[in-house]
Amino acid sequence: MAERFTKSMARNIYLGGSTFFILLFLGLTFDTMQAMPERDNRENLTESVANGKLLWEENNCLGCHTLFGEGAYFAPELGNVYQRRSMGNDEAFIGYFKAWMNAMPTNVPGRRQMPQFNLNDQELEDLAAFLKYANGINTNDWPPNVEG
Amino acid sequence: MKFQSQSAAMPYFIFALALFVGQIVFGLIIGLQYVVGDFLFPEIPFNVARMVHTNLLIVWLLFGFMGAAYYLVPEEAETELYSTKLAWVLFWVFAAAGTLTIIGYLAVPYATLADITGNGLLPTMGREFLEMPTITKVGIVVVALGFLFNIGMTMLRGRKTVINIVLMTGLLGLALFFLFSFYNPHNLALDKFFWWWVVHLWVEGVWELIMGAILAFVLIKVTGVDREVIEKWLYIIIAMALITGIIGTGHHFFWIGPPEYWHYLGSIFSALEPIPFFMMTVFAFNMVSRRRREHPNRAATLWALGCAVMAFLGAGVWGFLHTLAPVNYYTHGTQITAAHGHMAFYGAYVMIVITIISYAMPIMRGRPNGNSRQAQTVEMWSFWLMTIAMVFITLFLTAAGILQVWMQRVPESGQALSFMATQDNIALFYWLREISGVIFFIGLLTYIASFFVKGDAVEVAE
Repeated sequence: MAERFTKSMARNIYLGGSTFFILLFLGLTFDTMQAMPERDNRENLTESVANGKLLWEENNCLGCHTLFGEGAYFAPELGNVYQRRSMGNDEAFIGYFKAWMNAMPTNVPGRRQMPQFNLNDQELEDLAAFLKYANGINTNDWPPNVEG
Repeated sequence: MKFQSQSAAMPYFIFALALFVGQIVFGLIIGLQYVVGDFLFPEIPFNVARMVHTNLLIVWLLFGFMGAAYYLVPEEAETELYSTKLAWVLFWVFAAAGTLTIIGYLAVPYATLADITGNGLLPTMGREFLEMPTITKVGIVVVALGFLFNIGMTMLRGRKTVINIVLMTGLLGLALFFLFSFYNPHNLALDKFFWWWVVHLWVEGVWELIMGAILAFVLIKVTGVDREVIEKWLYIIIAMALITGIIGTGHHFFWIGPPEYWHYLGSIFSALEPIPFFMMTVFAFNMVSRRRREHPNRAATLWALGCAVMAFLGAGVWGFLHTLAPVNYYTHGTQITAAHGHMAFYGAYVMIVITIISYAMPIMRGRPNGNSRQAQTVEMWSFWLMTIAMVFITLFLTAAGILQVWMQRVPESGQALSFMATQDNIALFYWLREISGVIFFIGLLTYIASFFVKGDAVEVAE
């Protein structure tokens, strides 16, 4: 770099630039938090959903699946699984979900295996409620299609 | 070695490399499970092995950063470490906590681990990369505070160089942002939003400060270029890293709930994120070509140059590839993300830690001019084996990702293949990735072997 460009100029760009963008980021975060109530489906965040989220976490579901595209890429996206499997019917979704969870693992030789998590009926319903709630969050029309 | 207490870095480096070996073993396991789905099932399910793979990576990089700080902060400050004893105590605390956590992952089901560690009291588990039990997280905070105190006191007692200040800023930021791992609201969208304050503001924020500082330190040592020049570069690189990277966080906010204006902010700023990495490459090559001495540790110089190039490719180019919102709409959460993650972590953070180890370890072992020529030859072989293997891992995962997008994401609902049907169709690329992974592992074993190669002591070149 040319000698005209001194170390103290570089330092000032660093200090000024990072301070400015940290403050801008905080401002944008504040604005986002104002917008979130309209988008994050919090009106449907019931106790059952909260418990479902805890079950989701304590069984490390994200270790294989993605949720809104985040997680591991070993098993299907579940942020929209309610849309994919419910046909718009809660009863059908819960029935499907329970049957699925209870049938695991398939033990088909050579195929990817999902563990048996030994959840009871209430826990399965909570987990299903959590997945339905997640499906209701406004993700800007992601994923592109129902397959996730 | 200028100061006796710098040797506190030694156990950190050795333990880091041991964990690195473990990380790759588990990488090979999950790589194989992608194509032989029931491999090791039900003993080690994919989610457990994957968590071990990623958590070991994070923990060994942290060990590497701490070792780097214990080595270079006293040398830069021109004083002994504030407390060598504290460095050793914290080493054993962190090593024990890390080992127990990994044993916990493998010994009992994750839900049981959550139960016995009292996750219900303050639920923080089960979120990607932050899977460790809450008490382990508390332990990390305690270790980090003790570490920052030790390094901070050392700095305050001695010369305050730009490298030390930048490194300290990065380490403070690392500790600060980790605190967001304790915030886990029931509201999934808010959980995800602030989860990125740990993950993104680490790897695309403060970790770049740490990386820049370590790179600058090693370049001063191996090239003999004037400190003023190197510090100026360091400032401008980290300035660009933060100017682009902070708002660049927005590229994670596209599809997890926040408003659409992040599509513009995230796309524009993260499209600029390759700039600091490109500058690092120019910086490293420039300094080496203007070198005022021929440092006999050629392996360390090779790692430094390789780090700059691979960080630019992995973090810069492969990041840019899928960071624009209209592209990311199709690629988000596919194997393209995995491809980017692998090369970026290897290029930026794995290689910077190996760079400082390659420079500092021989000195701590009483070889001020670097390892013997024979040992360096083996080490350079390991550089090429690991680096080329990682290039191929990235290329195969990218190919898998492009096909996945084509089959699963681009067609309309009803036309698109399901996730699992798509996976079957791209299995060939997972096999190729696994073969590349085996070669990477051979490279890693070669690297470890290079520590045990004897040979003739290096003559002083100057």
